[in-house]
Amino acid sequence: MKNIFSNSIVYLFLIFFGIMMILPFIWMISTSLMSQAEFNKNESVFIPKEEYYVWNENGKEHRIILVQQKEEHSIIHVLDENLQISKDYPEYMSVPSSQVKLIKKVPSFHWENYVTAFKKVPFARYFTNTIFVSLMTLIGVLITSFLAAYAFARLEFKGRDLIFYLFLSMMMVPEPIYIISSYMMLDKFNWLDTYQALIVPWCVNIFTIFLFRQHFKSLPQELFDAAAIDGCSIFGMLWRIVLPLSKSVIATASVFSLIGSWNSFMWPLVMTDRPELRVLQVGLSYFSQEASTQTTLLMAASTFSILPILIIFFFAQKQIIASYAKAGLKD
Amino acid sequence: MKTKHKYEPYLYILPALVLLLLFRFIPILLSFVISFFDFGITSIGNFIGFQNYNKLFADPEFWQSMMNTVWLVIIAVPLSIIIPLIFASLLNQIKWLKGFFRTIYFMPYVTSLVAVSIVWKIIYAEEGGLANAMLQWLGFQPLKWLAEPKGIFTLLFNSMGISIPSWLGGPSLALFSIIIMTVWKSLGYNTIIYLSGLQNISKVYYEAAAIDGANKWKQFFKITVPLISPTTFYVLLMTTITSFQTFAQVYMMTDKGGPLGTTKLIVYYIYEKGFDDLQMGYASAAALVLFVVILGLTLLQRKLESKVNY
Repeated sequence: MKNIFSNSIVYLFLIFFGIMMILPFIWMISTSLMSQAEFNKNESVFIPKEEYYVWNENGKEHRIILVQQKEEHSIIHVLDENLQISKDYPEYMSVPSSQVKLIKKVPSFHWENYVTAFKKVPFARYFTNTIFVSLMTLIGVLITSFLAAYAFARLEFKGRDLIFYLFLSMMMVPEPIYIISSYMMLDKFNWLDTYQALIVPWCVNIFTIFLFRQHFKSLPQELFDAAAIDGCSIFGMLWRIVLPLSKSVIATASVFSLIGSWNSFMWPLVMTDRPELRVLQVGLSYFSQEASTQTTLLMAASTFSILPILIIFFFAQKQIIASYAKAGLKD
Repeated sequence: MKTKHKYEPYLYILPALVLLLLFRFIPILLSFVISFFDFGITSIGNFIGFQNYNKLFADPEFWQSMMNTVWLVIIAVPLSIIIPLIFASLLNQIKWLKGFFRTIYFMPYVTSLVAVSIVWKIIYAEEGGLANAMLQWLGFQPLKWLAEPKGIFTLLFNSMGISIPSWLGGPSLALFSIIIMTVWKSLGYNTIIYLSGLQNISKVYYEAAAIDGANKWKQFFKITVPLISPTTFYVLLMTTITSFQTFAQVYMMTDKGGPLGTTKLIVYYIYEKGFDDLQMGYASAAALVLFVVILGLTLLQRKLESKVNY
């Protein structure tokens, strides 16, 4: 009995915190589906709803603006399909009040906000840029890390540990420390405002090297000995033995790399200027300045920009969370 | 067999090594060098010794942004340790829906800072924002959130009718709003780290304690907290380092670190000096000071860790 009681308290806590954690997302989505007028009415509701008046003209309903309502007659403007004041009817028209009624529509979703936001600035271009940069970076990271980690884990050479610690020590240096000097250097290379400025410097990832090295070290030595007796070269071992055994660690590293590239902001903000080169995060930040008063559009843009990562996350959440946990503890 | 390959291993590390030297090692050295020069954007400047540093240390704006960053660290780091430890301990006790809660808590961590900054900026909007709607629903006065330069302690004591000197005011409510959002974003990651740390603690300890009559609270403080301390050190170190690097929130949610510079954090200061004012040498000096601070804290925590851990 006591157990059930304490258990339900635990669940109550977890549910309460859970709601607090996702409340911003729920609110983001519900606001993204409101009309701007509804948001501006300042009634902060979670379920988008709408209220409007209609005039029933012999069975045909028109949306209207109610100017004045009296017991017998009401003064109205009739609206057309685009919710503009219709030219087919006089303004300040007087109609019997019995023909005017208030419609409450719950819920009323304005999905068109997503289309409007997407078309307002070239989000399609931003998405393409981000996908291109993320994939290119991923390929680069996987190749350089796979080769380096293999050497660090399974080959013996002079200065191996020294070089590895040099690698590790640079992992601790945060990006803001070297972003200014990197900018000046890329300027000298004439790389500013190019895709390679967004890709090449990030094609090495010390954390991934570290992750691969741990995995390669755990592989049994007998495999390599047997292959060596058969006359297999180092590269042959890498290609035929290590690669097939590394699918899960490659998947883990890919997820980290993709999420990192997708969300990276300061670097592309600084290194690119041309609108065609904007990645999603930079494009979104410019959009938030341009459309600062169009709350519902901003929310729609935020929603569709985090959606791809959330979809990946939901499909692979078990693996992703396990990878983060494992990677964190190995440090 | 291994000794046969004398040069081949170097070929394998070459791609990573070249990229690392070119895009990490050299820029890090370069930012040290640049900090002693009077660099504009393209011109090669003159060597000016420690002048950038002298100017930096005399700049009240630099000290303000350092102080703001320290506030962020002081408030965000303990919260990012205590709350996830509680979350993880609770999650560790349940069987049903465990994965579901874990997923929900982790969600903010994988989403982009830019997008959630936009969302939180609107949450904090004075008119129509969710934060004020909730305050009013609970029967409190609405607040100015991101537009409020007054310190949180000033506001707290003022609401009780006591006025306190401004130097006791604490971080501005605007900065505090950013801190809440930053903590929210990182909770999930730390929870996961703690959860796997907890799973490594053997059940034997708890069983023995239960036999000795120790209740849940006692077990938590006498077994969980000490045995989880390696994880706590990891979380402490990572959260401190990432807190010092906070940038996107300030860029997205505030008007250039306003109101009255109370949300200007050190990385935003570096960005502004380097890329808005184009004082590259000066900004590099600030970056280097930040580097020294982070390095010092890292070494300090490592040292503490070796003393405290079991």
